[in-house]
This record gives sequence, C-alpha cells and structure tokens, in this order.
Amino acid sequence: MTRLLIRNARVIDPASRLDRVADILIEGDRVAAVGPALERAGAEEFDATGLVAAPGFIDLHVHLREPGFEHAETIESGSRAAAAGGFTSICPMPNTAPVNDSATVTRYIIERARHHAVVNVFPIGAISQNSAGEQLADIGSMKQSGVVAISDDGRPVMNSRLMRRAMELARAFHLPVIDHCEDLNLSAGGDMHEGAESVRRGLRGIPSSAEDVMVARDILLADLTGARLHVAHISTRASVGMVAEAKARGLAVSCEATPHHFALSAADSIPYDSNFKMKPPLRSTCDVEAVAAGIVAGTVDAIATDHAPHAGSEKMQEFELCPFGILGLETALAVTLERLVHAGRISLVRLVELFTTGPARVLGLDRGRLAPGAAADVTLFDPELRWTYDVNRSFSKSRNSPFDGRSFRGGPVATIVAGSFAWRRDR
Amino acid sequence: MPAGLLGIEELDRDEIESILRRARDFQHIQHQAVKKSDLLRGKMIVNLFFESSTRTRTSFEIAAKRMGADAVSISASGSSVAKGESLVDTLNTLAAMRPDAIVMRHAASGAPHFLARHLPTPIINAGDGTHEHPTQALLDALTILDYRPALEGLRVAITGDIAHSRVARSNIHLLSKFGASIVLCGPPTMLPAELAQLAPGVTLTHEISEAIRDADVIMMLRVQLERQNETAFPAGEYYSFYGLRLEHLALARPEVLVMHPGPINRGREISSEVADSQRSVILNQVENGVAVRMAVLERVLS
Repeated sequence: MTRLLIRNARVIDPASRLDRVADILIEGDRVAAVGPALERAGAEEFDATGLVAAPGFIDLHVHLREPGFEHAETIESGSRAAAAGGFTSICPMPNTAPVNDSATVTRYIIERARHHAVVNVFPIGAISQNSAGEQLADIGSMKQSGVVAISDDGRPVMNSRLMRRAMELARAFHLPVIDHCEDLNLSAGGDMHEGAESVRRGLRGIPSSAEDVMVARDILLADLTGARLHVAHISTRASVGMVAEAKARGLAVSCEATPHHFALSAADSIPYDSNFKMKPPLRSTCDVEAVAAGIVAGTVDAIATDHAPHAGSEKMQEFELCPFGILGLETALAVTLERLVHAGRISLVRLVELFTTGPARVLGLDRGRLAPGAAADVTLFDPELRWTYDVNRSFSKSRNSPFDGRSFRGGPVATIVAGSFAWRRDR
Repeated sequence: MPAGLLGIEELDRDEIESILRRARDFQHIQHQAVKKSDLLRGKMIVNLFFESSTRTRTSFEIAAKRMGADAVSISASGSSVAKGESLVDTLNTLAAMRPDAIVMRHAASGAPHFLARHLPTPIINAGDGTHEHPTQALLDALTILDYRPALEGLRVAITGDIAHSRVARSNIHLLSKFGASIVLCGPPTMLPAELAQLAPGVTLTHEISEAIRDADVIMMLRVQLERQNETAFPAGEYYSFYGLRLEHLALARPEVLVMHPGPINRGREISSEVADSQRSVILNQVENGVAVRMAVLERVLS
C-alpha cells in the first residue's frame, strides 16, 4: 500500500468544519488521518507549507468530446487539464457522438475513463434520445450504469411536457435534472448578449429573457414533480433571483456559476474574438454582479467550468460561424481566487465549499471531504502563487480560452487522486 | 495591424475631415474629359465580395482605375469559398500574392476585423454584415456637404430597419462625431432601445412624422421584412406607416435632402414621387461614392 504524508498544510475541509494547519496521511486510496505532527514510517512526504489542502475539487459541468470529437478533446486530455486545474472529479455532459443516452454509451465512457483518465469521471446522461427533445432516453439503465445526473445541456428540452415526464422519472431514480436554461426561439441566431454591445457590433443578441423564461418554467415543473432541479451556468440577475426565491420556498433547486460569468461582462469581450463566445453569453455588468452576489449570498451552490474545447479551425472563423464554448478547467480556481477571495467577497472556506461540498451535494456524490476513510482526493493550492496562463501549454487539446496570457495571483500546485499525484506544478 | 479602414467608429474627426477634403479634390476629376490619374500607379487592389453588390463593387473598381491602380474583383460564388475553403485560408492565399490592399464585403459582422488581426495586408471594409459600411457614411457626408456648409447642428432622420443596417451604424457614428442630431425611426422590432447609447446625439421614435419634423436630411434605408423566418413588420402595412411619401416632406425643412443608399424599393420604403423629386440626392450619392473611395484608397495605399 502506498503511503503519502502531506506536511504542514492549511487543511480546509468544510464538510468536517476544519480549517487549521495540519498533516494529512493517505494510505492507499483513502485518507487515513488528519491532524498535527502525524508520523508514519515509509510514507512519501510532501511539504505543503504555505499551501491550502482541500478535498479534491469537483467540476460538475465539463465537455470531454469523447466519443466523437476526439480532435478537440479526449477523456484523457480533458482529465489532464482537470488535474492541472486542481479538479479530482469531473462530470462530462452527454453531447458526444453518439450522445450519452443509453447504458452502452455510459459504460463506454466509464470504461475509457478507467483506463485513460487521471481524475474521476462521473458521466451525465441525456434527458432525451439523441438529446433531440422528443423521446425520453434510457434514464433508469443509465443510472444503473453510473450516470450521476441527466441533462440535454446545449440542446435543452423545449417541450415542457417532456421535461415534466423527465423530472418525474428522475425523481424516482434519485437523479438531479440539470438544465441549460435557454429558450431556443428567443435566442435563435444570437451570437452574444443582447444589449448595447450587440447593437454596437451589429451582432444578433441573446436576450437575458431566453434564460429567465426557462428557469421560471423549470422551477414551476420542479415544484409540480418534486424533482431536484439544477440550473446550469446561471448568468442573469432575474434567474439568480428566481433560484433564491425557489430555495426560500423550500424547493429542491440548486444552481452553478462559471468563472467567466462572474468575471467577465459583454463589454469586456474583444469584438469578434470567438474566445469570448459561449452560451449563455457574457452578460451585462449588472448580471455579472448579480451572479457574484448570488455566490456570496449562498444562492449559487457550486462553481462549474462548462469547459468546452473546440479545435482551432472551428474557432478561427467568422464570429457568427464559430461554435459556442471556452476552456475553463485550468483557470477556474485562479479566476475565483482573484474575483471573489482576493476581492474580499468570500472566504477561502467558502471557495472550497463551492468546489467541493457544493457540487457533491448537488449530485449526491460521496466526495468532497477529507476525513479519515474518505477517498484520498486532495487539491493543493497556493492562494498567493504568481503565475501566467499560457494556453499553448494547456493539457487540453484545444486553445480557446479568453484568459490566455493572464497573470494570476493564486493557483493549483498539486492534485492527488485516489492517493496518487495526478499532477504537480513545475516549481 | 496594418492601416486599413474597418469602420467609422474608430476614426476621429480630423481623419474623417481629411478624407472628405481629399474627396472634394477628386469630385472635380469626375467632370474632366480625361478622368484618369497615376496617383496609385503600380498598386494592386483586390475587391473581394462575399455578398452580391453592384454599386459598391463597381464604385471601388472605378475609383481604383481612375487612380491608375490595378484592380481585380472576385465574387464569392465560383471562388475557393465554394470549395469549402475557410475565410482565413482564402484571405491568406490572396495576401500571399502581395496586393497592396483588399477591399472586402462580407455578410458576417466583424469578418474584416477578425481578418485584420491575422493578415499583413490592409483591409478596407466595404460593408460587414449589420455592423459598418464606412465608405457609405463618408459619401453620404460628402453629399450633405455639397448642399450644407457643415454637419454640425443638422437634424438627420434615418428611417427603416436600423437594427440590421450597417449604413445606419456608420452614419450614426460619423454624424455624431460632427455634432449633428440624429433621429432614428422604425418599428420597435427594427429599433432596439440600446441604439440610443451608440453615440451622443441619438434619439429614437416610432413615428415617421415625428422623425421628419424639421429634418435637414432624411435618410431612408432599404428594408428586408423577412429575416430568418421571422417577420419584423407586417409587409402589407409597412409602407403606410414607414414609407416616405410626398406629404411627409412638408413637415421637414424647406430644402430637405432625401437620401437612400440604394438599391431602392419603390413603394416599400419610399414613393416614386419622392425618389424622383427635386429633393432627392440619391444619384449624387452614387457619384460621390467614386470620389470618396478614391480618397480612401489613396489614404490606405500611400
């Protein structure tokens, strides 16, 4: 059995209400002990003085592009990018080719991950067959095969009756329903947030109401069905307000925010640069502030990246032809530290919650704590580390990041998955 | 980034004035027996039109030839674009033949701005999507200045599908920089409220009579009522609410100028009587297009 002793870290484990300098002893793939001055003969030691040791970060919203789009990302390359971002568990969305809408595809992804991924992979299954929004996918057998949630992510279910049925089944199978809330008729043809900047640039807009209308519908259906609803990448002031109100009423509603939606507004985007093109789009400064305030207030349960790799050729086109989505795994922690922790909006403990207990609770995953007996997934980061993101050195196979060349204060240093280093920063 | 001409928004007043001053020199050449000069002899210009255009393309071609430059015109159909080549690859291929400038029209907003970041050759924007059409605004300003001493203080009404008009955007930026007041008019579906933030001096109205009242200049835009399977306004009643008719002119200043970037839809956004009236300067605009484009080519190439 391999033994690893992490020395002198500031251990932040919100699940155990722990925030103190301590050692962590790992034996095999489990945490054996957390406490001061631990000793264990024969253990490899890692000096973590000045570092934070947290339960392994969980990203409940990524795109790994395998099977089907391996030129943009693979389970292996995406998992390496995750490890380099401090994530020990990632949840790939089902929009692969074929779509993950059956037990066969789910098992294929889990099998590929077992052999090639350097972090844990918990797939998300589709709501409808081929995510076409017409017939329900094999939700029960996907659950048995290992999906942790269902979602039609980028091709959201427009048919409210079908969504109702999906929620009823998801409730019976104890799965959360994750919705990318976008009314496709309201957003049709849009390339960026509808507002002063879209009008200035002559680009078709995606109004905030395209998100809000669906958040409202979903909350009403969650109320009707008793399902657990999770709103993906929340981006508007009104949607944050509706989720807060639903939570206050006691509904099982949660939401996630991406770093880009609380760090960048439409006005920050470089005109016609597709590294700033994603869905939902970068919104107004008022929306950006509302998402940050929602994190501070506890309305937002988790930070997720929506890591969406696209090959260079797909992003080097006329803006309106470029696909939506940007990389996120390697910059999420740094952007969150910069925008929320160093800016004095949230504590380090709250940051750790947003990356660990928050997403674990949304998915019902037995992850996100550092107590003895827990899975030995540990994220080590330095809140003061000075570093610059160079997307050309990314572990991802794609290069579409708006944060390329940015200098950050704070970032991941090492990532331990099941007791072994999945990644270590060159220092 | 090489110095081309991508839009009016990024130009300052001095730059615009110097182009207009030079264009005024070239206006006279148009009336000489021999119209050709050798100011740009030895220069090569590629006109690359990804969208059909008669007047703009011809105007650029004539402008280039009047200045002694060589011009090659390429339209997207029948070119490598039809063979699936990407825009960047097409432009890189053309740039490798070392033209001195590329004049480009494209249906995607920002296409020339995107290319300018990746190409060594100066790009002149001949209209990008629903964003800008800088030479149109310059020729419109030149036309107004043929009849008025200055742009400052003028009241200019622009009516039509402003949301989707590159002509409107470029004109708004230009007129605003010179202190004109600009009234934008159209149905709400063609007139997003955010247009008021585009530049100083812009106001919006849904009533054509209000827009035209006391106007010194009326610019009518070509309207496309059908876009992406969506009707922005019922086609049958557009003309009765937003078409410019003779009776409207009485509301405007006595010497009002009626302009249109063309091609005009008679009986849709403008009546035949108005288009052919004494107040119409639509053909003057076309004539001035050549002079303005000569000035722009000279600025970019020398």
